[in-house]
Amino acid sequence: MTTATTTAGPQRPRSSGVGPRSTVVRRLLALGRAEGVLLLRNRTALFTAVLLPVLLIGGLKSVLDQQAESSPGLDVDSLLVNGAVGMVLAFVVYYNLTAAYVARRGELVLKRLRTGEARDIEILVGTAVPSVGLALLMCGVIGVVGASALHLTAPVNPLLLVVGLALAVATLMALAAVSSAFTRTVESAGITTMPVLLLTQFGSGLFVPLEVMPERLADICRLLPSTPAFQLVRVGWFGTDGSAAPTGFAGTWATAAPHLVTGGVWLALAVWGAVRYFRWEPRR
Amino acid sequence: METSQPHAAGDPVIEVTDLNRHYGTGGDRYHAVRGVDLTVGRGELFALLGTNGAGKTSTMELIEGLAAPTGGRVRVLGHDPHRERAAVRPRIGIMLQEGGFPGDLTVGETGRAWAGITSHARPLDEALELVGLGHRRGVRVKQLSGGERRRLDLAMALLGRPEVLFLDEPSTGLDPEARAAVWQLVRELRAEGTTVLLTTHYLEEAEELADRLAIMHGGQIVAAGTVAEVIAGRPSRIAFELPAFTGTSLPPLAGATVTVDGRKVMVKTPALQATLTELLGWADRHGIALGALDARSASLEEAFLAIASEAGHRPPADTPAAPPARRKLIGLAR
Repeated sequence: MTTATTTAGPQRPRSSGVGPRSTVVRRLLALGRAEGVLLLRNRTALFTAVLLPVLLIGGLKSVLDQQAESSPGLDVDSLLVNGAVGMVLAFVVYYNLTAAYVARRGELVLKRLRTGEARDIEILVGTAVPSVGLALLMCGVIGVVGASALHLTAPVNPLLLVVGLALAVATLMALAAVSSAFTRTVESAGITTMPVLLLTQFGSGLFVPLEVMPERLADICRLLPSTPAFQLVRVGWFGTDGSAAPTGFAGTWATAAPHLVTGGVWLALAVWGAVRYFRWEPRR
Repeated sequence: METSQPHAAGDPVIEVTDLNRHYGTGGDRYHAVRGVDLTVGRGELFALLGTNGAGKTSTMELIEGLAAPTGGRVRVLGHDPHRERAAVRPRIGIMLQEGGFPGDLTVGETGRAWAGITSHARPLDEALELVGLGHRRGVRVKQLSGGERRRLDLAMALLGRPEVLFLDEPSTGLDPEARAAVWQLVRELRAEGTTVLLTTHYLEEAEELADRLAIMHGGQIVAAGTVAEVIAGRPSRIAFELPAFTGTSLPPLAGATVTVDGRKVMVKTPALQATLTELLGWADRHGIALGALDARSASLEEAFLAIASEAGHRPPADTPAAPPARRKLIGLAR
């Protein structure tokens, strides 16, 4: 049988070249880069991530114009920018990422990645890097184009704008993880993501601004998962969530406070759901 | 404790004590691993054998730290592989039973991604050369053959120059040439001091590679030791066919059991040489030609089949608090 060739002590490297120590940043970049390549090679995903939101923004414009006829004084331009940002986040982060998690789970990629040095949260965030990056890039373009073409004011409270974006991204990422748990195949992601997508489009003030809704309905919509984050973006940029006249930097904090609370609660719930329900491998 | 002490050669690198794993709850509860004990020393190659569903992969996952055991204790390099994964993972390499690489990435892109999540990764070309995939860098994973995918999997497990390597059925799906190459590679890694724990249902693979092995059945280790130890006590076999008319009956063969089926005779004996000498002497004296004569020492395959069928007769009753005495251990882990 085997001869006694066992060497004592730790193994010596066989070659001279040795890579650096693995860090969180390196791992996120490596995972994000691979996922980015996969996104670019997947035409369906690329269409949903890039073209669909652009088409929907066109639809959003006409819907808002119609509503402005019946509710004079509606600030269509600011609502259009806010709605476009929300739409991009919903489709590019939430929908796209749900499909990505389902696809990687189905290929046993998530299971395999868990055998390596990356922690669970790093695998989930790393997979989200291209979706989130692309979404934020598109938001940036919307902001710049919106500001120059529609002559919008500079953001009243940029900090709040950033907090709103971060809250939206984090909540939608966690919701994508939850939704992927209830999605068997990439194809069925179109159905399983429908409830959240419809709620974000019609219940979070994107297609139908909260101020044109009946009071009671608007109050309910303010409690929906993605409403607070989108309203924070709006308050941060335009100084109002539509319920009162715009205020300055200091005043925006008071307007933002209830949204920060409900948004924080939803983020916590979504993260809890993700931890509780996320599946790393397909059902046997 | 042993946590921070360096391990000398032969020191236990993997220590498993009374390991248990349940799936599900209530009526669906399934007891997949039932009180497994095993120890693997540094530089040793340990094979976990078993039929499908014996609990090999379930046990491996617990030792790899992919899941927490329901009961019992696992230490890999002195750490709990599940709770202290950050300390363990950079020093181990894992190859699962099924791949897990995106089909739309090339071999090179896959390798680069893995190098990015691996500490002190060896150069990618070197890792791919080790498994003979150096020329396939630009090929999409989905276009690789099953065997090539398996080798890519192995290359990724070897990327971080692991001290401990876990291989779950490494040669399943490989053609004989690729299998021989993988065996050679595993032997070289072992010669360099890598500790290897592998599962297989190819007995030949275990016989060829393993320093020690354990046979699992119904979630338990039913036999363990070196190949010689596991085979020890198993009878050798002599098979032959008698001519139509012999004019004499078989001699008494001391200590052997003889089964006659028409002209076919099967002799099981603990002393192959003595029994064979006696038998051949008898045949010679009577001028009898023994047809299709086949004499063989006990093999791992025979031992495995015998152990599996013996163990199969015991009902895998799922009494939650099975006392350790109920565990039937033939042979003991060192």
